[in-house]
Amino acid sequence: MSFGLKIAGALAVVAGVFVASHFTHPPVITIQRGYRGTGDEIVYLPSTLEHLRATNQAPAPEPAQDPAGQPASQVYQNLKVLGKVDANEFLRLMASITNWVAPQQGCTYCHNQENLAYDTNYAKIVARRMLQMTEHINKDWQSHVKSTGVTCYTCHRGLPVPTYIWFNAPPPAPNAVGGFAEANQGKNLVSTVAADASLPYDPLTTFLEQSNEIRVQSTQALPGSDNVSIKGADWTYALMMSMSVGLGVNCNYCHNTRAFRDWDQSPPQRVTAWYGIRMVRDLNNNYLDPLKTVFPTNRLGALGDSPKIQCATCHKGVYKPLFGVSMVKDYPEIGANGGVDLTANIGSVGDFKEKP
Amino acid sequence: MATYQNVFTRVQVRGPIHEVPLPRGSSPRLGKGGFNHLLGRIGEAQIGPIYLGTSGIMSLVFGFFAIEIIGFNMLASVNWSPIQFVRQLPWLALEPPAPSYGLRIPPLANGGWWILAGFFLTLSILLWWVRMYRRARALGLGTHTPWAFASAIWLYLVLGFIRPLLLGHWSEAVPFGIFPHLDWTAAFSLRYGNLFYNPFHMLSITFLYGSAVLFAMHGATVLATSRFGAEREVEQIIDRGTAFERGALLWRWCMGFNATAESIHRWAWWFAVLVPLTGGIGILMTGTVVDNWYLWGVKHGFAPHYPPLNHSVDPALTYGGPK
Repeated sequence: MSFGLKIAGALAVVAGVFVASHFTHPPVITIQRGYRGTGDEIVYLPSTLEHLRATNQAPAPEPAQDPAGQPASQVYQNLKVLGKVDANEFLRLMASITNWVAPQQGCTYCHNQENLAYDTNYAKIVARRMLQMTEHINKDWQSHVKSTGVTCYTCHRGLPVPTYIWFNAPPPAPNAVGGFAEANQGKNLVSTVAADASLPYDPLTTFLEQSNEIRVQSTQALPGSDNVSIKGADWTYALMMSMSVGLGVNCNYCHNTRAFRDWDQSPPQRVTAWYGIRMVRDLNNNYLDPLKTVFPTNRLGALGDSPKIQCATCHKGVYKPLFGVSMVKDYPEIGANGGVDLTANIGSVGDFKEKP
Repeated sequence: MATYQNVFTRVQVRGPIHEVPLPRGSSPRLGKGGFNHLLGRIGEAQIGPIYLGTSGIMSLVFGFFAIEIIGFNMLASVNWSPIQFVRQLPWLALEPPAPSYGLRIPPLANGGWWILAGFFLTLSILLWWVRMYRRARALGLGTHTPWAFASAIWLYLVLGFIRPLLLGHWSEAVPFGIFPHLDWTAAFSLRYGNLFYNPFHMLSITFLYGSAVLFAMHGATVLATSRFGAEREVEQIIDRGTAFERGALLWRWCMGFNATAESIHRWAWWFAVLVPLTGGIGILMTGTVVDNWYLWGVKHGFAPHYPPLNHSVDPALTYGGPK
């Protein structure tokens, strides 16, 4: 075999590996969403769907319990947010939370082994706030979660720290020449959250923590009052990519892509997503950000901020978390009409510990 | 017999270095010229001598300035790490100033470098055009090539200079970067309501794809008739019964009409030149006279209407707050 052929063969192998590892292959499933001939189709890959189906299964609920007939607060000490829940339901919920959040670590991930009522562990304080958050979502954000609702498992999936959490991004590199070189533009680096584009790498702080204007497309044919810049469109584009990846859908799951801004042509999912953005902002600002005083430093971001949520934190790449299976229907105590005390003070570490 | 059957040329002409005398006042050529077998497989085997001249040297110098400014700012953005520079090169860019600067000259760190790089790059490109024009004249050619290049320069100037000038914002211009300039095109279309409804964008795409089709038709015709000597197409422009006329017969039989050996090259030249020419007009109109191309298409009745399948209502109308 000539030298040239060997080189050509080696190149072919490299190219083959690149193609096989970077490109998807047929078959693809297309789902028509609009009039025929308009190309309004959502594309799914069967192999991806199969993987998502396997990894997004809701666990079976704990067996139902007969009510004890008395609230948990009469049986257990130091209950701040679950005191009104029936004592047997409370135990069942505690067992479920362990399975949902800390199956490896067990009760002691939150509780003091010596006395489960002690507030010696930050995780227990955080858990109280998270229970309030769960009920707040199920009660006040039905515009997004409908009656399907959420439980701890929606985000946690058996992990104490859920996947797809995020922090405010610190500037990527110190400007080593004292302000002489181009200042950090917030973009033009690998943006993992925006599907590895060179788009802004932290659109989540801008839109899911702060409440900046997302809409960039002009609302009239001729120039007038719309003065959004192309740079502004970059930020919105990055946010939308994070949603697209987070939900495992194409743009046209929520938009008619020939006129992104037009609500009249948009699928109803866009309305649900619109409320989702407001919900995530509410939860990040009112539930997660304030916990930065409770979390130990190793749980905080580089800028000392709390871990925060985005679409993918619940959705995990699926258009509906857990493919739309409602877990909360088996746990009414944290549902829309549940027994979590939404306004209770969650306390702080060391508050409740009997003197030896 | 030597034949041309694929992209690799199996015939390599090797003789004395081919050159022509230069007109009075020309600079000396650089190098003595030589032959390269591998390059000869895909083209002419003779490499050099090259003619740079004043405009060529100045163009390279200014181009070097521009590339240095862009490259070192990219390197600074990954904290001077050569490894990260190589890994992330396609993502890195030098960004135009923020909208708040309008057309003012911003500090170096906030878009000033972009203006400098753009200035030097433009100077370099214009000098290269001068060089192309003067070389064409020096060889006694027509000036078709520099004017075709000028069409591309028009699009470049619209994108980076004329349109930002008309809109009063440097921020409307394109960043210097591989992926970032592609993201810019997508963001541009998103901001201005779908560029596919821009008629000049449609024309530009038509000429682009048309150029490819014409190139394929012409290339195929000449290769197919080369056994009769059709590669000497220009000599055969006015003669009957030539190899080239055999190719013309093919098209006349197939579609009833054919270009001539001369007109096919005019077709190709105009198609290619009209790609950036019409594209530049389309870009220039965006934001200056039309702000949302889809709505403009609706207004003028060419964007088809489909009855909505869902009547989604903007929740912001009732919810309030930022959208």
